Amino acid sequence: MRATWAARAALVPVALTALLGYLGSTLWTAQMSVTASRTLPSDHFVGMAQYVRLFSNERWLLSLDNLLLYGVLFISACLLAGSVLAILVDREIAARGWLRQIFLYPYAMSFIATGAVWQWILNPTDGIQAVGRALGFSAFRFDWIVDPDRVLLTIVIATAWQASGFVMAILLAGLSGVDPDLWRAARIDGIPTWRVYTSIVLPQLGYAFATALVLLLTGVVKLYDAVVAMTQGGPGTASEVPTKFIMDHLYGRANLGLASAGAIVLLVTVLALLAPFLYARTRAAASIA
Amino acid sequence: MARLFKPRMLALAVLAALASRAHAEPAAAPARAEVLHWWTSGGESAAARTLADAFRAAGGTWIDTAVAGSEQARAVAVSRVAGGNPPTAALFNASRQFRDLVDQGQLTALDDVARQGGWDRVMPPAILDAVRVNGHVYAAPVDIHMTAWIWYSKAAFKKAGIAAEPRSVEELFQALDRLRAAGLIPLAHGGQPWQDSIVFRAVLASVGGRDLYLRVFRDRDPRAIESPEFRQVLLTFRRLHGYVDAGSPGRHWNDATGLLVAGRAGVQIMGDWVRAEFSAARQRAGVDYGCLPGLGEHAPYVIQADAFVFPKNRDAATARTQALLATTVTSPAVQVSFSSRKGSLPVRSDVELPSPDPCVALAAALMRDRARQLPNDEMFLTPDQAGAMADVLTAYWNRDMPVETVQKKVVAALRDDL
Repeated sequence: MRATWAARAALVPVALTALLGYLGSTLWTAQMSVTASRTLPSDHFVGMAQYVRLFSNERWLLSLDNLLLYGVLFISACLLAGSVLAILVDREIAARGWLRQIFLYPYAMSFIATGAVWQWILNPTDGIQAVGRALGFSAFRFDWIVDPDRVLLTIVIATAWQASGFVMAILLAGLSGVDPDLWRAARIDGIPTWRVYTSIVLPQLGYAFATALVLLLTGVVKLYDAVVAMTQGGPGTASEVPTKFIMDHLYGRANLGLASAGAIVLLVTVLALLAPFLYARTRAAASIA
Repeated sequence: MARLFKPRMLALAVLAALASRAHAEPAAAPARAEVLHWWTSGGESAAARTLADAFRAAGGTWIDTAVAGSEQARAVAVSRVAGGNPPTAALFNASRQFRDLVDQGQLTALDDVARQGGWDRVMPPAILDAVRVNGHVYAAPVDIHMTAWIWYSKAAFKKAGIAAEPRSVEELFQALDRLRAAGLIPLAHGGQPWQDSIVFRAVLASVGGRDLYLRVFRDRDPRAIESPEFRQVLLTFRRLHGYVDAGSPGRHWNDATGLLVAGRAGVQIMGDWVRAEFSAARQRAGVDYGCLPGLGEHAPYVIQADAFVFPKNRDAATARTQALLATTVTSPAVQVSFSSRKGSLPVRSDVELPSPDPCVALAAALMRDRARQLPNDEMFLTPDQAGAMADVLTAYWNRDMPVETVQKKVVAALRDDL
């Protein structure tokens, strides 16, 4: 009994953080989203008016479109690059530790810093395009970051560069759990290595992929620092994202009510995305029990 | 203008709030003032020091709380007011940014200070109107900036064979065409929303004129926004986009000035804080660069101001400290030394700047003609309306769309708040 009480006592700080920090803030934000709060919180109730404004706001709708497109491209790129890296590192037994460090390194750096570097690299008058032209290719063009139709791709490239190593690390952990007998059997049967990976090994990594997917999804919804560091939402409003909309309205535009409505919409979206995973996991746990 | 770097990070604001909280001790001395501002660049902090020195000489103690980035600094100020731990003074723009604080009764009125200082007599009405709510003055303006100058590089104009300063919109476009023909960047522009808005204000003032400017920003009149005159303003604004270079999007304003300094670009439309960049590069007004306050003899020009607000405090001595601070920063001698360092104009018309360069002399002369002054749109619009307007303008600047669509979007952006 005493041990249980001690364990429970140890959980109190965490429980308080969860209750006050997360749940409390969420409830407060939900409350703000149905008021006409501007610079300071107000209790002037306006019902769903902020949500109506939100969904008639072109920049918000554009931000949601951008987030969807970004999410699909970013997650695909990360899973693909992460798998390839994991397999390459997995084959390279000798230098494995080194390679893992190198590919994981981008994930350890703040995007405010690396984003600024990416901005220079991608800037047509300073970066890759300028280098290409200086080398004599006068028609060489790589100006996606200033092209409203392609700017999102540059954010996908930069953020996928950052997160791929992280996906690799998760998959590597999964790969180390694969039964070595499978490899021996495949060798005896003379199956090519790539085929073993695509048909036998990777399909066994379902949990590793699911973990990576959930973490990447939350990364997509949180996308903010990369946009601020690389494009500030531009050119124009072409790379605006929901988190930036919320932050801009929270402070600079002194519209606490509208910002809160945006935050609640984002939260509901995340919950809707995560619900299937949580449901599947509960069912899996139940079937084991 | 500390708009050089706008990361708008929540973490930064929170950290700054925590840091300043740690520093803010209970007011022990009667005239101890914690001043929150965003003057962090070299020239700006030198200017802030002149205020601090003057306040010290007047018997006060200046506790400096500088937060980089105007938006971050204002966010910290608002959070601290909301949290019951306000600074003695906080910097805002003379605009509607602090209107909500006034409405909630959070700011000290400065009516006595304004009366004793004769603000009615010496300050531009546009700026006084922006700090006055229901007949009470709630902020102390400390400088005047003209936000929409047209700057040009004399070397670039010479290379392009442009003999005379452009005096009309058509002449400006002719000059831009010649600059392009000479292989130069015609318009050095930093493609960030606030800079796009500055170009737009310049066009609205010069092409649309005073009445249209006021009908759009002050009255938010849909008929004015849907008029053929306003359509012409939008089209002229968009036409200017044809003269920027590929590296423009995202560029900082001072890098754009750097292109003029290097003689690689011809024209930049930007506020008077650009002068600090020219001086830092040892370029002289009238010799290396020229300045136009607008196009045409009687073109109006847009002004804005920085102003301190003084949050109410339970401590009775604070109000006296605040009055002393407001009196000090607006006094004639302080205004002269502050303005010379800040690169702005004194907020008082009864002082003269010593040995001004041709551009400053021109600006000072213009300031005497009140009929040509136009308030910056932020003095009329709520921060949300101003932001929505900036969204529309930057989207149009960067992407071709029918001008009628843009007019509809401007009407929507300027509608009433909830």
